[in-house]
Amino acid sequence: MKSEYDILVIGGGPGGALAAKTAVESGLTACIIEKRPAIGAPVRCAEGIGEDLISEFFDEVDPKWISAKIERAKIIAPDGSSFYLDPAMAGNEVGYVLDRKFFDRDLVWQAVDAGAECYVRARAVDAIVEDGYVKGAVIEYGGERYEVRAKVVIAADGVESKFSRYCGIDTTVPLRELETCAQYLMTNIDIEPGVTVFYVGRDVAPEGYIWIFPKGERSANVGIGISGTQSKDGKRAKDYLDKYVAENFPEGKVIELIIGGVSVCEPLECTVANGLVVVGDAARLSDPITGGGIYNAMYSGKLAAEVAAECIENNDWSRDALMEYDEIWRESRMGKALQRNYQIKEIFVKLDDEQLNAILNSVNNLAMKEFSTLTLIKELMRLNPKVLKDLKGLKKYFE
Amino acid sequence: MIVIRREICGYCGACVSVCPEAALELVDAYLEIDTEKCKNCRICVRVCPLGALGVSDEE
Ligand SMILES: Cc1cc2nc3c(=O)[nH]c(=O)nc-3n(C[C@H](O)[C@H](O)[C@H](O)COP(=O)(O)OP(=O)(O)OC[C@H]3O[C@@H](n4cnc5c(N)ncnc54)[C@H](O)[C@@H]3O)c2cc1C
Ligand code: SF4
Ligand code: SF4
Repeated sequence: MKSEYDILVIGGGPGGALAAKTAVESGLTACIIEKRPAIGAPVRCAEGIGEDLISEFFDEVDPKWISAKIERAKIIAPDGSSFYLDPAMAGNEVGYVLDRKFFDRDLVWQAVDAGAECYVRARAVDAIVEDGYVKGAVIEYGGERYEVRAKVVIAADGVESKFSRYCGIDTTVPLRELETCAQYLMTNIDIEPGVTVFYVGRDVAPEGYIWIFPKGERSANVGIGISGTQSKDGKRAKDYLDKYVAENFPEGKVIELIIGGVSVCEPLECTVANGLVVVGDAARLSDPITGGGIYNAMYSGKLAAEVAAECIENNDWSRDALMEYDEIWRESRMGKALQRNYQIKEIFVKLDDEQLNAILNSVNNLAMKEFSTLTLIKELMRLNPKVLKDLKGLKKYFE
Repeated sequence: MIVIRREICGYCGACVSVCPEAALELVDAYLEIDTEKCKNCRICVRVCPLGALGVSDEE
């Protein structure tokens, strides 16, 4: 490990990998520090990603990244009624179920192939902060501590992010905005291959949802996320999941248990500081409705490195100069979607099962080509005069 | 005092992200708690998907 790089990336997830790859392709030196012994393992993900989203980064999607191709999404209301969303309506809900063990590893592999360095089982334990600038990190590696300096540090250390905290940025996720998740990789289950399934309702998944993401003809990621405030002894994410699985897939076999947290809060108020850029889950960029964050991590990681490269070329990596990153992502399609979906999520978590049934049943009766977030919200407005006041604030997103 | 039941913990980090005192951390394959920083608010106990965190009688 060298003691100095242009860019030091903390975390070898999709955000960190894209940041390092972009940095070296811009002619900079870059190093990824990953505390786990293997990239991509253990997986903490349901592995779904929209086709158009992944295509933004790759001309071709490597077949070994893909467990299943998804054609449709199915929504199941609390009363058991359901409807399908076809690709044109489902947007990001169709595409692929990845195999992130391969996918994440290949992203880092690509970064290393392009010229980045990578150290696994190397943990950032502190930030080097001097003269008001983040100037690197203290890394624990092979039983030793190293000071590694960089012009810009990119914090891509995921939902459990501590690096930004070392730099003085509070990244605490509020309890009610942390979805606590449990998922089984199951085989021997009757599913519709090519269809992702989402169950909503306070009974099945309070302030969250159950998902089934196919991984093959008879296997799938079957998981649940519930709000932190709803989690308590006997009613934790795994308890809800066990109940669902016992009732719906009694013959199913469990191959893996995956657990994790997903933030559904607003992004950090500011995602840069002098010498520091925060990306992906560390910046709280996962989608507040779906919890999806793979694309957002890749997009922000790439953008962070592009802006950092420009700043380094101009010899100015102050907060003001790096602010361009913060401004661009907020104005981007991703940033706008995060803002809008946060407002929608805040309303949805207040709805009881009866209201959800009414909304989903009426959406079901709409001509499906009309389905969009906009039609859903309009229905919500029509059916729920009680929440009309809250919804007024949403209008601006749809005009 | 917060206790970690290591035989249950799946080292996912959900608790780390909600701890307002930054008292929890995943180190290698272990969750560690900095007892100096911990204010015993028990938010982490709520959020664990598996129930791996508990409260001991010792104060
Ligand atoms: C149960 C579950 C289901 C999900 N399902 C989906 C889904 O279907 N689709 C989707 O798009 N998203 C999903 N997500 C979210 C998605 O997994 C994340 O948004 C995505 O992985 C974020 O990428 P990232 O690079 O920001 O962080 P991560 O992928 O979390 O990578 C961060 C890396 O940083 C490392 N790290 C942390 N601290 C340090 C340190 N101090 N030193 C060195 N390394 C460190 C970690 O070990 C980790 O490897 C899900 C998440 C969960 C928990
Ligand atoms: S009890 Fe509160 S302060 Fe202590 S580790 Fe848990 S969340 Fe952090
Ligand atoms: S949330 Fe539970 S399972 Fe996850 S690291 Fe914390 S104690 Fe372990």
